Amino acid sequence: MNDAVEHDLECTGLSKHFGSVRAVDDVSFRIPKGSFFSILGPSGCGKTTLMRMIAGFENPSDGDIHIKGRSVLNIPPNKRNVKMVFQHLALFPMMNVFENIAYGLRCAGTPKSEIPQKVNDVLERIALPDVGNREIHQLSGGQKQRIAIARCMVLDPDVLLLDEPLGALDLKLREAMKIELKLLQHQFNTTFIYITHDQSEALVMSDNVAVMNEGRFEQVGKPEELYHKPATSFVAGFVGDSNRWAGKVEEISDGVAKVATEAGLSMLCKPQAGVVTGAPVSIFVRPEFIGAQRASEAGPPDANSNALAGKVDSVLFNGANSRILVRGPSAELIEADVVVTGGTSDLRPGDAVQLNWAPEQAMCYAR
Amino acid sequence: MAVSTHNKGFLLGYRLYVGAFFVFLAAPLIAAGTFAFNDSLFPALPWQGFTLDWFFNDTEPKLGMFHDRRLLRGLYYSGVIGVLVASLSVFVATCNAFLFVRGEFPAKNFFYILMILPLVIPGVILGISILVMASNIANGMEDNFSIEIEMLRPGLPLVVLGQFSFITTITSLVISARLKKFDSSMEEAALNLGATRARVLRTVTLPFLRPAIIAAWIVAFLVSFENFNTTLFLVGSEAPLTITMFDRMAKVGSTPVLNAVSFFLIIGSGLLALVSVLVQRDPPET
Amino acid sequence: MQGDVKRLSLILLFAPFALWIVLLIILPHLGMVYLSLREKVAPRVYEFGFGNYIDFIQEPIYWNTLLRTGSMSILVTVLALLIGFPIAYYIAKIAGRRSRGALFLLCLIPLWVSDLIRAFGWILLLRETGVISTSLQTMGLISEPVEFLYNDATVIVGLVYTVILFMIVPLVSTLDGMDDAMVEAGYNLGGSGPTVLRRIIIPYAMPGIVAGCIVVFMLTAGSYLTPILLGGKNSSWFTEQIYDQFITRFNWESGAAFGFLLLAFTSLVVWAGLRLTGQNLANTVAKN
Repeated sequence: MNDAVEHDLECTGLSKHFGSVRAVDDVSFRIPKGSFFSILGPSGCGKTTLMRMIAGFENPSDGDIHIKGRSVLNIPPNKRNVKMVFQHLALFPMMNVFENIAYGLRCAGTPKSEIPQKVNDVLERIALPDVGNREIHQLSGGQKQRIAIARCMVLDPDVLLLDEPLGALDLKLREAMKIELKLLQHQFNTTFIYITHDQSEALVMSDNVAVMNEGRFEQVGKPEELYHKPATSFVAGFVGDSNRWAGKVEEISDGVAKVATEAGLSMLCKPQAGVVTGAPVSIFVRPEFIGAQRASEAGPPDANSNALAGKVDSVLFNGANSRILVRGPSAELIEADVVVTGGTSDLRPGDAVQLNWAPEQAMCYAR
Repeated sequence: MAVSTHNKGFLLGYRLYVGAFFVFLAAPLIAAGTFAFNDSLFPALPWQGFTLDWFFNDTEPKLGMFHDRRLLRGLYYSGVIGVLVASLSVFVATCNAFLFVRGEFPAKNFFYILMILPLVIPGVILGISILVMASNIANGMEDNFSIEIEMLRPGLPLVVLGQFSFITTITSLVISARLKKFDSSMEEAALNLGATRARVLRTVTLPFLRPAIIAAWIVAFLVSFENFNTTLFLVGSEAPLTITMFDRMAKVGSTPVLNAVSFFLIIGSGLLALVSVLVQRDPPET
Repeated sequence: MQGDVKRLSLILLFAPFALWIVLLIILPHLGMVYLSLREKVAPRVYEFGFGNYIDFIQEPIYWNTLLRTGSMSILVTVLALLIGFPIAYYIAKIAGRRSRGALFLLCLIPLWVSDLIRAFGWILLLRETGVISTSLQTMGLISEPVEFLYNDATVIVGLVYTVILFMIVPLVSTLDGMDDAMVEAGYNLGGSGPTVLRRIIIPYAMPGIVAGCIVVFMLTAGSYLTPILLGGKNSSWFTEQIYDQFITRFNWESGAAFGFLLLAFTSLVVWAGLRLTGQNLANTVAKN
């Protein structure tokens, strides 16, 4: 099998226990060469521990890590060719930009004469050619970010780990850096492993995303797979927004389940694996798949679809992502995406509406 | 401003009070320094005219401080003691900082309290307790083995140990405070970039601590230089400057040469204190 | 293997600390207590007993001096707090940004000037032929020289002067950390000046106040130069008694007993102070 060569990083059965806490629990995955891989999960899910094991700062309790086909378990952190961009970047404040980037080269024993050339090259590639003599505190947030990446990339690592490096930036800069990171990854063509709790960062930048929860991978897949075909109710709830109901399956026919929710509504949905008649389930419906019409303009409800009458409680205006909150018959609030044009036809609080969504958009998971 | 400043009268009174306080703070120092330049045999009014004799004149009765053998010797011993105490205490303090900020060991809190304790023991008691122990050991050695250990008799080594015993607490607190601010992911970053542990210490951690180490050294030197209480009991024939000056003040009666020394020390320690404050300043954030 | 390296480095770091604390603090103090329990019954003949302490109790001069030293030290501590707090508050909260640094520096610099020089300065100002007496005569306010030295008031002023910066510096650092908005919120919610001071500012500054008081009290009770130089030979300060026993009379046993008594007394006051204010040593004194 020549698989090992095709993958920059492969973890098998990786676990880390702190006392009785299983921070990372039997995680296996492999990352193809030159791809952008994200690990997405809420804080405390074990993603940082996983990353620290790959970098060598923690020893796994069980399992193995292969980098470029070779196990690195017995290699100390300063000998692994896995570089890391830290959460707060950890640039050295007592050195200027040039010295920060040259640090790893000096440690590796690169001949003195070659260092300036290499540092300047990498500064060119991150489009900051003239900052070598600046002090760290003279850089902007985005520049620091790029220097932290350059400091790793100058060493030509097999894998670059990034531990939520955008967390400290303000919103606007964060949006810009997302695109920039993706471009940098293309340019260097190195495998990036990006850790984050922010789903939009993971979805926008990654080739593949692993959703992690309580030490395990819930699902690994392309961003659109996670969004449209979540494998578990955790993924459905964590990735993207959704309306959520709890209920019980009354019957399943033709691949459509009829569910009575706890609030007394009846709903048609698409059962996922493991859903059987009589089982308690969770139903997820994304707001963009719920259509809203004025009650006066709506036709009679379709028996093969879901329809719900309600009253607009409030309008959450946010440009193209505007949304309404509708109070349904069982007094709960349902979110639905709408287009707000600013014209007279816009829905307003108090309007009677009918909500419709197709059964295949209502994902139903066993609880 | 965190006070109701619309009350103009109150604020004016407050300012006057603060001004008066600083006058109170400065008055004795000014008095001690100014008389160094009075062309008189006594440090008292009336003003007899300006002179630098009390610094540079080389004949009695107006022997200047830079020609006064005993004072110069005191200054020299103070300097030697200060350098030794500062270097030794900064070394131990750096170890202590790593021990208490980074180390995990049983009863850490208890040991931490032990570390602070010397700061709340009167200097006089530190002096006599070390004197008692050193003499006990020295006497024991002499009685039982007929070995005379000169080091344990009052003198320079005991003065250094006595001052070191409490100054180390001060330097430990200064260096620990800095180490606590250290983002340890910086060390991990250096390791990740391929540095060995020793290199990380040399190129990242110690340079980060350097301002605190310098400041602690200066503070230790100044505290050692001005120390009197602990030194008093441990001093032998090599008397540091404070002891020499005290003897002169109490026994001989003061001449303006003491003012010259005072002036010299006020300026010197003021400048050193300024340096210790300045090195600890972080560069402004942009 | 990594565990072994960690343990080794911990031991290497612990060694200097242990040597310092055991050899220079714990053993000497135990030795002092041991010495204080020896009674001289004949030349070079000693017995174990509480004789040195009994002597202390039986001689009123001794315990009067200790009580006097203690009560005057407490007075000095209170005065230093009352005088110093407004100064610290001014520096930390009222002065403008630039003058704040300058004022703080003005406080720090005299801190490092020897007590000896500061006392010397006071002598030059206050003695019979000193600046104040002479100036008052020149102005015609007094007809003959007045001696301002060698009385308790002068000793107290001198002591307050010597130690007040040790009160102000920790107070400034503590108050500096206080968010102005807290005080503003206090006023905003209807508090009057004194209420805000009592309910918000003082509780917030408590660790700094306690730290300052402990250090000031210890320094005062253990001071030697200022009481002697400003109070003269009859200033009756307890450290003088210790010096007298040790150096002048060469009665180390009783000197050690006095030393232990001073230590016990000051520790008791500090402990009581910490208890009353609900603070501990680590979060007050060690904060600076």
